[in-house]
Amino acid sequence: MYLGRVIGTCVATQKYEGLEGVKLLVVQPLDRQRLPTGRPQIACDTAKAGPDDFVFLVGAREASHALEESFVPVDAAVVGIVDDVQQVDGVEGSP
Amino acid sequence: MKLARIVGTVVATEKHPAYVGQKLLYCQPLDEHQQETGEALLAVDRAQAGIGDTVIINQEGNGARQMLGTFDGKLPIRSVIVGIVDAVTLDNP
Repeated sequence: MYLGRVIGTCVATQKYEGLEGVKLLVVQPLDRQRLPTGRPQIACDTAKAGPDDFVFLVGAREASHALEESFVPVDAAVVGIVDDVQQVDGVEGSP
Repeated sequence: MKLARIVGTVVATEKHPAYVGQKLLYCQPLDEHQQETGEALLAVDRAQAGIGDTVIINQEGNGARQMLGTFDGKLPIRSVIVGIVDAVTLDNP
């Protein structure tokens, strides 16, 4: 699981069966300093996240476990909205 | 499994039901010399760990499902802290 920030939404009309009604977000993964790390990715939303939200995601096979349908081809899902991260290295809260 | 140090705690109100009641910690992976390496990650705590502890993280879904149970056979959790490390000894440091 990892931290990210919602930077956009994605709309797809033609989707694999089981993905109907699933909200797709564009998420930028963040590092310990809350700076972007790696490329933005598309993730399913299961936490009612919106633009600019600071979220956490689950990747790989377990992403599909966050959705109602069991066997759907997704590899990232937003599973929570972060209120606060208390860190020992002085970086506090949401960015 | 990964060696990591806990660097923070995560508070989230709006989350998937599988995460309700679980302690979520922010962890920095370490190499064999306990130096920081790679990207920090979140893990559910199953070892009563706290900030500053060196821990072992099991980063795989089936193990997580066995430990935490499932909702209808499903569990969107992948990383679980399974132990607090007392010492790491290398034969040829």
